[in-house]
Amino acid sequence: MSLLSFLARRLALAIVVLIGLSILLFLIARVLPGDPARIALGPRAPEYAVEALRKQMNLDKPLYTQYYLWISSLLKGDLGMSLLSRRPVQDDVKEYFPATFEEVLLAAIILSVGGIGLGILAAKYSNSWLDGIVRIFAYLGIVTPAFVWAIMLLLIFGYWVPIFPIQGRISPGVTLPPVITGMLTLDSLLTGNWVAFWDTLKHLILPSLALAMAPMAQAARIMRSSMCSDLGADHVAALTAYGVPENRILTKYLSRLSLIPTISIMSLDIISLFAAAFVVELVFNFPGLSRYGMQAILNKDLNAISGVLLIFGVLFTLITILIDLIVAYLDPRIRLQRKSI
Amino acid sequence: MKTFNLNATWNSVKRSIYKFSRNKISVVGFFMVLFVVIVAIFAPFLAPYPKHAGAFVDYKNASQPPSLAHPFGTDVFGRDILSRVMFAFRGALIMGLGVIAMIVPIGVFVGLIAGYYRGTWIDTVIMRITDIFITLPALILALAVAALLRPTLFNSMMAVAFAWWPWYARLTYGMASSVRNEVFVQAAETTGASKAHIIFKEILPNCLAPIFTKMALEIGWVILVGATLSFVGLGEQPPTPALGTMVSDGAKYLPHQWWISLFPALAIMFIILAFNLFGDGVRDMLTTEEV
Repeated sequence: MSLLSFLARRLALAIVVLIGLSILLFLIARVLPGDPARIALGPRAPEYAVEALRKQMNLDKPLYTQYYLWISSLLKGDLGMSLLSRRPVQDDVKEYFPATFEEVLLAAIILSVGGIGLGILAAKYSNSWLDGIVRIFAYLGIVTPAFVWAIMLLLIFGYWVPIFPIQGRISPGVTLPPVITGMLTLDSLLTGNWVAFWDTLKHLILPSLALAMAPMAQAARIMRSSMCSDLGADHVAALTAYGVPENRILTKYLSRLSLIPTISIMSLDIISLFAAAFVVELVFNFPGLSRYGMQAILNKDLNAISGVLLIFGVLFTLITILIDLIVAYLDPRIRLQRKSI
Repeated sequence: MKTFNLNATWNSVKRSIYKFSRNKISVVGFFMVLFVVIVAIFAPFLAPYPKHAGAFVDYKNASQPPSLAHPFGTDVFGRDILSRVMFAFRGALIMGLGVIAMIVPIGVFVGLIAGYYRGTWIDTVIMRITDIFITLPALILALAVAALLRPTLFNSMMAVAFAWWPWYARLTYGMASSVRNEVFVQAAETTGASKAHIIFKEILPNCLAPIFTKMALEIGWVILVGATLSFVGLGEQPPTPALGTMVSDGAKYLPHQWWISLFPALAIMFIILAFNLFGDGVRDMLTTEEV
């Protein structure tokens, strides 16, 4: 089976699952809340107005007709109106997504560099005090919910040692860079606006750190255990016998091998970053798509909930496929096996 | 037909206890869990101010920093935070244990059926349905479902259960579909055993160890997701104390009254750490490699 047919199969399966997800989200948004029209207008609206809106929203038609209407407008890129912002949901998504994207990107960088680095350190000095510290940090990282990290980081680096801003994406006095990608750090970098770049980067650090802590701790643990088990392998003994320096073995030969299990769970990690962002962005009042989704959830904004969740579903499916491809490429055992079959 | 041998059972219990206690950290985890359970059950007797767990107001003592009388300080209504944390352990435990109790039977049953009918359309349909559910992380799905229900502890448990059951279905499916081809299952089929007998008496017992391990390891995660739901106001409603709600209420008074959210946050970390260490011990205990 070649990589291409592997990809084709995965994409076909993904489409089936995403159609299923759209049905699930449609049912959650239509069946659970009782009457969407009543929610849209509030408890004090007169009955005839609710009735009119119900007609307008096609709520008087059977469920499968409603789903058909929803999915066909969705395929045309129309996610419906948001109750909260009174704008089309797709416009909101376009505006808020870049913020979450750059925040998660920075978190992913922190998580990979930190997790892999700490893992290598712990493996090199295994069973020493350094290993112990990494282990305690790993446990702390895993048992602490993202919102607790957010609050602790806010307290320490926002208030006690105020080196980072506590909310938003950019300070009030700083001129916004022109919109190119929507990611403020990248836009200000592209236009050479160093003041804005530094300011927006500072705004990103605490939220990204709060997101990255738990998965970073987990990645460090997996990296350490996979390196420690590989350290006893025959080819490592051979390298040592040839007189290859230990650091070179660790960084060049072993880390590449041990990276594979770490990267395989990376797709889950990155997806969990977006999920944790739902709460972390709320704490830092960071105007990203996750906070938008959270506010939609808290305000029962049904179109926005199903729209944002479906977009995240598509995104997560693509991330999973991409990471699987990277792993298949990196691991000669998987890559060559595929070719031989 | 299995004969019940008391001596053998006692020996295997002894061996399990030995395996569990080999790792000192798991033992610490066990006692931390025991501590949380005892505090939760006997909160009305152990809490210094049991009345403060409800709608109690004492503005004279509002927002007091930690002291001997109030080790964790008091909140803006003058309620003792230590007492509220102790009562909030109850909700957290009900969350963790209740959700696991709801989803394990459902997930395991579904996984067994799919595993038994491996390769047929039943398998395909069931496993694609679980794929659909796990496309979104449990936290996001649980938040969305909880928001559309009335915010209560029970409804937040339902929301978490709704998002979480597929993981048990998948685990059981993996086990069941490989056990299904074992010789003893074929033997039972040849002797004309019923489907129910094969699924529940032959396949199920061989799937139990990883299921129990996963249960023990996941109570902590369920509590974490439950705390996150209550943090955004979708769990137990005030005045009943919930750890997540206490953290978010206190966040409004940062940085000056830091104790209002810091101690409930530490309590969340303590309870999750307890179940994680305990779960690691259970995993070591149920892993089949011999001592």
